[in-house]
Amino acid sequence: MAKVGNLKRITEQFGPHLHDAPYDGWRADRVIDKVVPTHCPYCGVQCGINLLVEKNHVVGFEPRYDFPVNEGRLCPKGVTAYLQVHHPDRLVHPLIKRDGNFEQATWDEALDLVAAKFKELQSGHGKDSVGVYSGSSLTTEKTYLMGKFARAGLGTRYIDYNGRLCMVSAAAGNNKAFGIDRAANPWDDIPLAEVLLIAGANCAETFPVLNKFLWEQRDRGGRWIIVDPRETATARQGDIHLQLRPGTDVALANGMLNVMIEEGLTDDAFIAARTNGWEGTRELALRYTPQLASEITGVPAEKIIEAARLYGRARTGMVMHARGIEHHTNGVNNVLSYINLVLATGKIGAPGSGYGTITGQGNGQGGREHGQKADQLPGQRSIMNPEHRKHVCDVWGLPEEELPQAGVSVVEMFDKMREGEIRGLLSICNNVMVSLPDTNQVRRSLEGLDFYVCIDFFMSEGSRYADVVLPGSTWAEDEGVTTNSEGRVVKINKATDPPGDARQDWWIVQEIARRMGRGKYFQFDSPGEIFEELRIASRGGNADYYGITYEKIERQKGVFWPCPSEDHPGTPRLFEERFYHPDGKAKFHAIEFAPPAEVPDDEFPLILTSGRVVYQYLSGNQTRRIGFLVQQCPEPYVEIHPDTAARLGIVDGERIKVVSRRGEGEFPALVVRTIRPDTIFIPYHWGEELAVNQLTNPALDPVSKIPEFKACAARVEKIHTRELPLFGKSRRGAERSAVTRLTDR
Amino acid sequence: MEETMFIDPERCIGCRGCVAACRECGTHKGYSMIFVDYLDRSQTTATMPTICMHCVEPTCALVCPADAIKVSEEGIVMSALKPRCLDCRNCVNACPFGVPKYNSAMHLQMKCDMCYDRTSEGLKPMCASVCPTGAISFGRYEEIVPLRRTKPVNVHVFGNQHVETKVYLMLPTDADEVKVDGCGVFEGRLGTITQQQTTSESWIDMQVEESDKSNEF
Repeated sequence: MAKVGNLKRITEQFGPHLHDAPYDGWRADRVIDKVVPTHCPYCGVQCGINLLVEKNHVVGFEPRYDFPVNEGRLCPKGVTAYLQVHHPDRLVHPLIKRDGNFEQATWDEALDLVAAKFKELQSGHGKDSVGVYSGSSLTTEKTYLMGKFARAGLGTRYIDYNGRLCMVSAAAGNNKAFGIDRAANPWDDIPLAEVLLIAGANCAETFPVLNKFLWEQRDRGGRWIIVDPRETATARQGDIHLQLRPGTDVALANGMLNVMIEEGLTDDAFIAARTNGWEGTRELALRYTPQLASEITGVPAEKIIEAARLYGRARTGMVMHARGIEHHTNGVNNVLSYINLVLATGKIGAPGSGYGTITGQGNGQGGREHGQKADQLPGQRSIMNPEHRKHVCDVWGLPEEELPQAGVSVVEMFDKMREGEIRGLLSICNNVMVSLPDTNQVRRSLEGLDFYVCIDFFMSEGSRYADVVLPGSTWAEDEGVTTNSEGRVVKINKATDPPGDARQDWWIVQEIARRMGRGKYFQFDSPGEIFEELRIASRGGNADYYGITYEKIERQKGVFWPCPSEDHPGTPRLFEERFYHPDGKAKFHAIEFAPPAEVPDDEFPLILTSGRVVYQYLSGNQTRRIGFLVQQCPEPYVEIHPDTAARLGIVDGERIKVVSRRGEGEFPALVVRTIRPDTIFIPYHWGEELAVNQLTNPALDPVSKIPEFKACAARVEKIHTRELPLFGKSRRGAERSAVTRLTDR
Repeated sequence: MEETMFIDPERCIGCRGCVAACRECGTHKGYSMIFVDYLDRSQTTATMPTICMHCVEPTCALVCPADAIKVSEEGIVMSALKPRCLDCRNCVNACPFGVPKYNSAMHLQMKCDMCYDRTSEGLKPMCASVCPTGAISFGRYEEIVPLRRTKPVNVHVFGNQHVETKVYLMLPTDADEVKVDGCGVFEGRLGTITQQQTTSESWIDMQVEESDKSNEF
């Protein structure tokens, strides 16, 4: 029964507690035993970092100047990342919930219980009664293993991953337009572009080190067009800021395309030689005059024209986007309509000309390539394709009839949990009580489960609901590869051993499989052995890793896939000669504008959008425990325009209630001119009563099944209190917690 | 030392990577000597990093009754010498940039020494190493200035006091000096800050000041 139980006791035991120093305090007299070159565990830039190790403890970092992507640079999350490794909140024993409390258990007890429960559920209700929900902050080896574990270990069709909440609209759009899912250019191309069109990506807060390339471009005289409903730090620094109404990107892109067609800025030779579908798109775009686009988006027509001319007239240019356009019920269409601009001007497949989505999670790219997606097999293969199924079954030695069919997306999996079709769940690398839309519905789904197992290294808001929690490893305690947002495969190296009884995730998953009688498919003794199988499984697929080896990654400072053979250097820039559809051409898509699933009305007159802050990473399970980061941003707040605030009688710092059709929450108002008057914004990294996802709309994009985090209808209500919450003594999140030893618990 | 620091506020994204990284410096482990402030969050997301400007004639050293603050041959203004520091905090109060901090546990003034432990070994200071955008850069004048569209300025006028600094501010202005009048209002052509707009401060500005700008710890 997945109920949270004794919440007070659980938070006392497992936090989040603030901690802000190395395990033995700040010391200047260290003798460093080894320096381990590796990468930051957080976003998709995957900055290089050197970890300093003393007596098998990670005690600091040193900039990794020799890694070409970041050349030593880091954001505050990266700087403080090492502080999570020996954090007092680390889970160091397997835990079994009894009478609402977690009790320490041995590995045998916990693993035998998991295997027995899964077997019981599957024999009573069929193989598909147990699901797996994975994540993309894992190394690629682990993501491959999770896909194999679900299909060959459990034999269930129900597996999905948290990229479903992240990059999946971009992935679907890329596949439709280009026949492959990868950013088209290495970031070295950014400084060569005359113009950057950045849509729905606040690079300043979400991919800070990417700004290195953006400013190199600027220093060469480059210009930026920023599309964002908020005047973010990125938008403030840009040349043209198109401050559109959330969810109207299709109209904006079509309007820009209209101007380019009318003014002859399209590349007709490129269109004829390398694309399909132009006529329909052209006809559609001709209807989207700048005036019409302006009415829909709220952006002045002159600005749309100016932006279209700037991008259209430039000899080189790149289009980049992130969650801002992807987290919509029209997410895939938004992506496709920006890709239309790229194709219409032929700005792709050349130095300084290209396109890319900026993946959010550390391994957002690698984690969506090798078979933990509901409908995918390793190498970006499809589980629906008989040839692909055969290839993977041959590699695994699995009889083809045992390989399940496609499953469903995670939001749909949670529906099936409430319906009783999925009765057991294993989750790793995610925090459903923060990251899924409509938190109250998610809670009901978890409470409907018969058995819930989490593998985690900190107790997340989601793990609190689990029946069994298995202590896994951080990124510093294991090795493996990740693929950054430009498609560069990099190597994570091990710096220390997991603390206490914690184990490496791949060991835990294999032990469950072994105890369920499926051990013959899981004989790996190291991540290196998993990678060797992954290379073969991905061979010949779109995401071909066959030619990549650990040694080559270290030697070349990363390898761009596809890399089909050992003597192949990798492919930094895609589409120089052909696209990946069978005819080698890219596809235009004529996209008609459609509003978000929920639009403002009299009852809920504002548009609520959500996003991130630079100090927190995703669901915050790692970063909400680090004193420095919490001090900078202790709590979520709601950004509201002064005109809107004045109309409602709200002053800066006042605690207000935000209400949507699904729930409500109280947040301090941050009254700022940098947001549209019809829009409010709340950052999403917190759980339970602080979660913006109590309010967000779980409506899905029909293709990618991504939820609409970026636009729903909401209203703001005054609560008559003068308390300024962030200044109350109890809310100063900044106090340093005492250093407690892990073994004391 | 030919290298110095260049502060380019236009590029600052307010991430405070520098503030976090400063704590890793060997001479003041766990404490940051950098401040990053919102200019006025209710109006803009703009932020501004402040490090020690390493004045040619440092006010902190001039007001020190014990001569505890030394300037190195390379022009680096060092933290107070522990045996000499009298605990008087004159320097903390006198610095026109508000840089030095006072460590009450150690009865000692502390400030940015441009990561002397790193630069003396040929490494960049921590803040300039990690800064994602180059808002804080470390290098030689002729290496950095030609790459930028902004103008290096190292003369500050506070009322009647002219202060020349080793560290440069990179500004989108044609002025040769940064001039601040008695009320602390900047007079250059930097952005669109007006008197009216700076009157009310957002709580988030104050929160940052509380956590960030405490000159005593």
